[in-house]
Amino acid sequence: MIHPEKKRLRRSMMFLNCQKPGLIKDPYIYKPDSMILDLEDAVAENQKDAARFSLFHALREIDYHGVERVVRINGLDTNLWKEDIMAAVAGGCDAIRIPKTERPEDVRRVEEVLELAETRFNRPVGSVLIMAALESARGVMKALDICESSERMLGVALSGGDYTKDLQTRITGTGLELMGARQNMLIAARAAKVQCFDTVYTNLDDMEGFRKDVETIHLMGFDGKSIINPRQIQIVHDIFTPSEKDIIFAEKVVKEIDDKREKGIGVFTVDGKMIDIAFYDGAKRTISLAKASGVYKGDL
Amino acid sequence: MINAVGREIPEEIIKITGKEVFKGIHYRDGYTYKKNGPETKCVINNTGSKLVENIHQVLVKCGIKDGMTLSFHHHFREGDYIINMVMEEVYKMGIKDITICASSLGKAHDPIVPYIEEGVITQIQSSGVRGKIGEAISNGKLKGLAVMRSHGGRVRAIESGETKIDIAFIGTPTCDDYGNCRGIGGKNDCGVLSYAVVDADYADRVVAITDCLVPFPNFPAHISMTKVDYVVVVDEIGDSKKIATGAAKPTTDMRKLMMAEYCTQFVTHTPYFKDGFSYQTGVGGASIASTISLAKIMKEKNVRMRFGVGGLTKPMCDLLVNGQVDCLLDTQDFDLAAVESVKDLKHFRISAGEYANPFNKGAVVNKLDFVILAALEVDVNFNCNVVVDSNGVITGAQGGHPDTAAGAKCSIVIVPLLQGRTPAVCSEVTTVTTPGESIDVVVTDYGIAINPLRKDLIECMKGVDLPFKTIEQLRDIAYSIAGEPQKVPFGDRVVGIIESRDGTIMDVVRQVKPFEFSE
Amino acid sequence: MQILKPAMAGTLESSDAQVTVEPGDGVIEFHLQSSVINQYGNQIKKVVYETLNNLDIHDVKITIVDKGALDCTIKARVEGAVFRAADVYEDLPWGGTIR
Repeated sequence: MIHPEKKRLRRSMMFLNCQKPGLIKDPYIYKPDSMILDLEDAVAENQKDAARFSLFHALREIDYHGVERVVRINGLDTNLWKEDIMAAVAGGCDAIRIPKTERPEDVRRVEEVLELAETRFNRPVGSVLIMAALESARGVMKALDICESSERMLGVALSGGDYTKDLQTRITGTGLELMGARQNMLIAARAAKVQCFDTVYTNLDDMEGFRKDVETIHLMGFDGKSIINPRQIQIVHDIFTPSEKDIIFAEKVVKEIDDKREKGIGVFTVDGKMIDIAFYDGAKRTISLAKASGVYKGDL
Repeated sequence: MINAVGREIPEEIIKITGKEVFKGIHYRDGYTYKKNGPETKCVINNTGSKLVENIHQVLVKCGIKDGMTLSFHHHFREGDYIINMVMEEVYKMGIKDITICASSLGKAHDPIVPYIEEGVITQIQSSGVRGKIGEAISNGKLKGLAVMRSHGGRVRAIESGETKIDIAFIGTPTCDDYGNCRGIGGKNDCGVLSYAVVDADYADRVVAITDCLVPFPNFPAHISMTKVDYVVVVDEIGDSKKIATGAAKPTTDMRKLMMAEYCTQFVTHTPYFKDGFSYQTGVGGASIASTISLAKIMKEKNVRMRFGVGGLTKPMCDLLVNGQVDCLLDTQDFDLAAVESVKDLKHFRISAGEYANPFNKGAVVNKLDFVILAALEVDVNFNCNVVVDSNGVITGAQGGHPDTAAGAKCSIVIVPLLQGRTPAVCSEVTTVTTPGESIDVVVTDYGIAINPLRKDLIECMKGVDLPFKTIEQLRDIAYSIAGEPQKVPFGDRVVGIIESRDGTIMDVVRQVKPFEFSE
Repeated sequence: MQILKPAMAGTLESSDAQVTVEPGDGVIEFHLQSSVINQYGNQIKKVVYETLNNLDIHDVKITIVDKGALDCTIKARVEGAVFRAADVYEDLPWGGTIR
C-alpha cells in the first residue's frame, strides 16, 4: 500500500533549529506545508544531546495543526544519527530527512534503524517517510537510484551550499551553478515518481531575488522549496498556487475529456486550444494543487 | 464598591481621594465646572531679568517648601536629565513631602528612588512609571498614593483644579532670556512641548530650563514668555541620543508583520476606511509595520488620509512626505524623522489638552476613525492593562491609550497572544486601565476578535478572509499552550490608583507580595 | 539514575530555561528563578518534580533560571542536564522514563 501522505502538498518546507524553544513552539501559525526540525547543521556540536530532548517533547506535546513534521538527522558519518532517529520516531515524527545522501545504501541504513525504532515505539512499520538531501556531485549523479531506493522515499531535496562547494563553485544568485543539479534530480524524481524540492535561499534582505528563484524552480517543475524564514512562506505559496485562469481551464479540460471519452471523441478544443488525453493528468494535478492550496471550491 | 468594569474599589480609597468609582466612559459627558487660574506674579518693570543662576537659586525664588507639588514633562523620554537635576537639589535643601506631577516617568529617573524611600517624594502623579520607580511603588516604598492618569486625564486634573501645581519645571531645547520656549533647535531637539502646555498655563510658578539660550524673541514660541517666571541655563538638559533616536528599522519579525497585515486588512474592510479618514498608531513594531502596510494599500486603492495623530514616527511622517495625508497633529516625536517633520507646514503641534482632555469642549481623539494600540494584557471583557506587568509590578504608562480608545470610532489592540509564556489574552486583566467598552478589536498572531458590542463591525466582516475568533477562543488557545496562569499574589495595601480619564477610579494597584510555592 | 557531576542544559534566551543539576544531599533541593514565577511557579515546580521522579532521581540540587519556557521545554532541559550529569548519551529511554 502506498503511504497516504507520500504525495501530500509540500510547497514550503521550513527549517527550524531544535535547540531554540522560541522557534519550535508555534511555527504552525505561519502555515508552512512542512517543517524540518533540524538536529544537524543548525545545532551546535555540544548541544546535539540537548536538542534531541527538545525535539522529543515538542513532537509529543505541541499540536502542530497538521503541518508535516520532518526531522533532519545528523549525517551517517557521525555517531549521532541513530539516536536522532530514536528520539524522532519515539516523539512521533512524520518523516526523516537524511543529509548528504550519496548512494541508495545510505537510505537503506536509515530504513533499517527506522524499522527498529518503529517496532520499539509501537508505530506501524513503514509509517515514517524518508526524504533524501543531495549535497554532492555524487549524490546528484546517483539521484535516480536514491529516489528508487525505498518505498518510504517521498522525495529528494537539493542542498545547494554543500553541492556548489563540491562543484568547486559557489551560490551566485543567478542559478547558473545549480542548473545541472536541479535538472538532473528533477528528472530522476519524476522518473521514480517521487517529489523534488529545491535548496534554500539564504539572503533574507533580497525578497525579490527569492521570488525570482522560486518562479524559476516552479517553472522547472519542482514540488516545493526549502525555506529558512516564515517571511518566505507566502511568496512560495503564491507562486505555487495555480492561478484562477489555470484552474478554470483545468476544470474545463477534465470535464470535457470525461465527457468526450464517453462519446468516443479523442481530440477536441477547449477555449480554442487543441486538447487530447495527454492533457488529463496535468489538469488533474492543477485541480488537486488548487484544492490543497485552498483556492478550489468546485466539485471535481 | 464595584465599578463599571467589575473592579472592587475599597471604601477607604474612595474616602481619602474623594473620587467616584468609574461608571462608564460617557458618565461625565456634559459635566460643567469652573476652571481656576494660577497665582500670577506680574513682571511690569522692564529692568528685571528672568535669568536665574542655577536650580538652587530658582527653587529659593519660587519659595520651595515642604508639601509642594512640582511638575515635569517627558518629551526627553529616557534621555531626560531635568527631573533628577531638580530633585537632587530639592533633596539637598532638606525639603520633604513633595508631590511629583509628571506627564510620565521612565527608567531615566531611577536615581530619584532614594528620595522616595527617604520621604522627600511622598506622592506621584504620572501617566505611569517604568524601571526602579515602578518597583519602589509596587513594593510599598511611596508613602502616599501613586495616581496613574492618561495624557488627557492629566490635563483634566490640572485644569479642573484637582491637582494644583506649585512649580512647573519645563525643560526646553531652546529658550530666550524672557522665557519663550521652543521644542525645536538646540542640542536636544524634541520637536514639540505639548505635554508642558497645561503646566505653563496652570502652575503658580513656571521655570524654563534650557541648555541653549537664544536671542530674544525665540518665536514662534511653543510656550510663551507670558507664562514663564524664570529661566535657568544648565550644561545639559538631556541625552539627545535617547530623546529622538534614529528611525527604528522596520521589523522583519514575521509574527509582527503578520499581525500588522491582519490589522491593515481589518482596517480596509471597515466602512471608515475611505477618503478623508483619520488614524493614530503607537510605536511598537507591529503598530509601525501596520502603518507601512496601510500606506501601501492606501496607494493601491487610491484612498487618502485626512489627518494622522501621534506620538509620531517616521512611517507616519512619510505619509505626509508622500502626499498621502493632508496633515499631522503632533503631541510627541519618537524619532529624528518626526522631529524633522515638525518643520513641515502641514505638521501641526497640538497640546496634550487639545489632543485628549475629556473636560474640554471636545478633543482631537474624538475625531479619530482608527487608533492602533498595544497592551500588556486584554481580558475576555476587552478590558486592557497597559500599566502593571504580569507579576503585578507597575511597569508601563497609560499614555493616550484610554483617551484614544474612547475617542476613536474603531480602536484596535495588537498584541501577540503569548508574551513569552504569559497569555496576553486572559480571563481577567491584572489591572484595568482601558475599559473594554472602548476597545473594538483585538488582533493577535493566532486570530482576531471583535468586541460583541460592535455588531456593526461583526456584520461588515462577514465573508472577509481573516482568522476571526471569539475573545474566549483566543484566551483558550493561549491557556492551552501556556497553561492557565495563577493569579498574582497581592498584599492588602493599595499603593496606587488607575484613574479613568474623567477622574473616576478605574482600578487600584496593590503592593506586591513575594511569591511562595503552594506546597 | 544518579547525578555523578554538575551539569547544565538550556540557555537564558526568551522561552528557554537554564537548568543546572548537582549532586544533592539526599533529597531534591529545588531553586527557581523565573520571569513568570507568580503565574507559573507552582506549575514549573510540579513539572520538574515529575520529570525527576520519572527519571528516578531523588537526590539532586537543581537550579533553574526560567525565561518563560513552556512545560515541554522545562522537561527537555531538566532531562538534558540530568543525562549529562549521568554521562549518558546513547540508548536513551525515549518514551520510557523520558516522557
